[in-house]
This record gives sequence, structure tokens and C-alpha cells, in this order.
Amino acid sequence: MDGLFSVEAWEKVWIFRETFLLGITNTLKMAFFALLISLILGIIFGLMATSGKKILEVISRVYVELIQNTPLILQLCFVYYGFAFSGRSLGILVTGFLALGVYHGAYMAEVIRAGIGAIHEGQFEAADSQGFTYVQKMGYIILPQSIKIILPPMVNQVVNLIKNTSCLYIIGGSDLISNTYSFVTGASTGGAYGPAYLVCGLIFFIVCFPLSTLASIWENSLKKRDMRTITVEATIVTEGTVGK
Amino acid sequence: MSTLGGSLSILKNTDILFYIFKGIIFTLILSVVAVGCGLVIGSVLALVRNYSRSDFSNPLKWVVTTFFRTLSIAYIETFRNTPLLLWIFVCLVFFPFPEAMAHRMFGLTSVEVKLLFKAAAALILFTSSVIAEIVRGGLNSVPSGQFEAGHSQGFNTVQIMLYIILPQAFRNIIPTLLSQVITTIKDSSYLANIAVIELMSRVKTLLNLAYKYNGTGTVNVSDVFVLLGFAALIYFIINFTLSIVVRRIQNKPKVRVV
Repeated sequence: MDGLFSVEAWEKVWIFRETFLLGITNTLKMAFFALLISLILGIIFGLMATSGKKILEVISRVYVELIQNTPLILQLCFVYYGFAFSGRSLGILVTGFLALGVYHGAYMAEVIRAGIGAIHEGQFEAADSQGFTYVQKMGYIILPQSIKIILPPMVNQVVNLIKNTSCLYIIGGSDLISNTYSFVTGASTGGAYGPAYLVCGLIFFIVCFPLSTLASIWENSLKKRDMRTITVEATIVTEGTVGK
Repeated sequence: MSTLGGSLSILKNTDILFYIFKGIIFTLILSVVAVGCGLVIGSVLALVRNYSRSDFSNPLKWVVTTFFRTLSIAYIETFRNTPLLLWIFVCLVFFPFPEAMAHRMFGLTSVEVKLLFKAAAALILFTSSVIAEIVRGGLNSVPSGQFEAGHSQGFNTVQIMLYIILPQAFRNIIPTLLSQVITTIKDSSYLANIAVIELMSRVKTLLNLAYKYNGTGTVNVSDVFVLLGFAALIYFIINFTLSIVVRRIQNKPKVRVV
């Protein structure tokens, strides 16, 4: 734990505070663009998976399984080296949010699929019988109901997304982790391991903790409400039968 | 297309295949060990977070239980909200390494053994926080009537935990734990950042050396596709098989003692 209590090391971190600020800015920037891509992909493939058309479901399944069963680092290297060795380098930030977006898109698709799948089948049939088009059915009836099921796990995915920007270190990224590491190993800045890692961890914690706490509280309250609804419905049913 | 033939010939080299195979073994052993150790640490954390509480009538006991519960919550939340790579870097610097273990073993140099030990420690610490939350989910799924039934039969709290609650909780979380093995196999690829031990790092090393083996003298884009594609295929086969097992178990009707 040497360095954690040395004033000198803390001073060094304070002098180079720009490194950490730049790191978290890059991380959040990348997370934001990756989130956009993953949301678009997630909605497209999530809707495909629940469309009821065999071919679309298979395509969505293949995408999700391929992405979820291989490591993010591998996909990142694939994108990065694939472009680099064919002479069209994308730049690290672009590679980063492309790979992260595609990776988390698969998880978003699963979240959305589960959310839509949780809606009672009668709702779909009711919408169809009223002559709603697909877009109307989804926009007015299904998605408003599934959004509360979808959002908590989606917030969890955002937390994972922010944490996963650390993958960029392998291709020499400029996110928070990479910046911290080059700070502690740099020739003129090196040595302040304890304070630098502590600061880096704290920044991640400050960003992620409120989000993950929000997600779990939200999820728990939804679960409780569902249970209440079920009990209320059950009592109504039993009271009804007793009354008769 | 001539470069593709060269790239494919890399995979015909038995030395290289053996090299990759060793990487697969390390990946698998590392993940299973991480989940195994994580299960032990995680169960303790989950039990403490869930049940280490008492009312204020005995202030000393209240202070002790609250202290341990807070400690467990702090541990879980810290690791859940920071990236694994940070902990790998932290453990590389701060995790104590028994010098008695610094020998060549499993075909690794003593430096690599040291790195493996420290990185495995980071992976275990990280995974245990995730598993703690999984176990807690399992514990919460056991209805509270089970406690009352145990107490009424004269079991004490430890016996109730060991014989009644934990067996049911663990049976409920088997599929989630297996999914965690998949996640850990994927997470173990983070070790590629620090040492050449497991599958991902070995493939990446091979990619950088591909010019020696593909007969063209340079690294071509086809090497990227062949080598990384091969690694992706291996990861996919392992993880997809596991996820099929998970789905099998999930689809089985749960045996429930009510």
C-alpha cells in the first residue's frame, strides 16, 4: 500500500488531474455513442425476435448468440485489426463505440425481447382485433406497457457499458483506465499507484453506483407491485366465487 | 486469395494448435476456479448481507452485526461498480504473492506464474461480488415459512441454513451460476492485457507473429479473420454449449417444497 499515504504521490495525481478528467470524458463520450448504437440495434433486433416471422427471429437469434457467446475484447480486436490490416484505420474512439455498441446491442435486444414477451398475449390479440397496424399496436399498446419492465435491466446495461469501456486498453485507448495506467507507468509521472487507482476507482464508482442502485430499487419496487396486483386479483377472484 | 491459404496454413501447424489448446485449458481452469472460489466467498458475503442483523435491544450485538453487514455491502457494491481491469491492475501491484510459488510450472515462466496468480486473485475477487448477488437472489427465493418450519422443529439457525435454506437456494440458482461461468470465461480474456497465458492473449500474440508462419512475410487481413475467427469459434462452442445446458435446466419444472 506504499504511496497511498504519501503526500508526494497525491500531489502528483493532483498536478495531473487533467489526465483523469480527460479519461472520464472519453469514457462517457464513448459510452454515450455506444449506447445510441446499442439502442438502435436492440430495438431492431428485439422487435425482430418478437415479430413472429420465423426468418426474422432466426436472424435476431444468430446475432444475439454470436455476440453474447464471444468476449468483447475479441470482437474489439476483430474490428480494430480487421480495419487496420486492410489499410483503413477507423481510429480508436470509433472502433470503441462501434464494438461496444454492437456488443451491448445484443444484450439490449434480449432485454427488449423479454419486455415485449412479458406482455399478455390478449393485448396483442385485442390490438389486432381493433384493426391497429403493427406500428400503432407497438407504439400505443405494447411498448408503453413493456417500457417499465425494460428500463431497469437497461440501466444495468448502461452501467456495464461504462465499465466495459476499459476494454479499449488492449488497442491503446484513451479511456479512463488506459489513461490511469499510462499515468502510473509513465516515465515522468510514474509510481503513484495507490492514489491513482483509488481516484480512478472512485470516478467509476461515482458514475456507476447511482445508476446501478436506481436500477435495483426500481426493479424491486416493480416486483413488489406485481406481487400486490397478483394478490389483489386472487382475492377478487376468491371473493367473487365465495359471493356466488 | 493466396494470402488466405497462407493464413489457413497457420492452423495446420501442430505446434500452434497445441499452443492454442494450452490457452483453452488455462481459460477453462481459470474460469472454473474463479467461479468455484467466488461461490465460497460470495455465499459468505450474501449470508452476511442478508442475515447479519439484530435489533437494538443488545447494542453490542447490533454494532457487530451492522459492521459486518456494512462491510459486505461495501465490498459487493465496490466491485460491482468498477471495471475488472482496474482490479487486475490493482492486484498486480498490491496483491501479496507467496514467493515460495515462484517456480516454473504448467509450462509458464516464474514471472508468468506470478502474473497468473495475481490476475486470478483479481478475477476471483471480482466474480465473488457478482456471485454474492446471485446467491442473495437464491436466498430471497426461499419462502420465509421454511425458517419458521425449521424453528418449530427445533433446528437452530445454523442448522436451518445448512440443511434447509442453502440447499434450496443453491438449487434455484444453478442456471444463473452456469451463466456466470460463461461470463467469467469471457471476462478471463481481460488477462490478455497483462500476460500471455489464456486463449485470447495467445491468439493475439500469434496474430502479431503471423508473418513468420503464413509464408508471405507480412501480417495480412486474412490472418486477422482466420486467427480471431478461430478463437471466436472456440469461445462460441464452449459458451453456446453451456448456454444450451442453462436453458435445459431452466425449462425443467422447478421442484418446490411448499
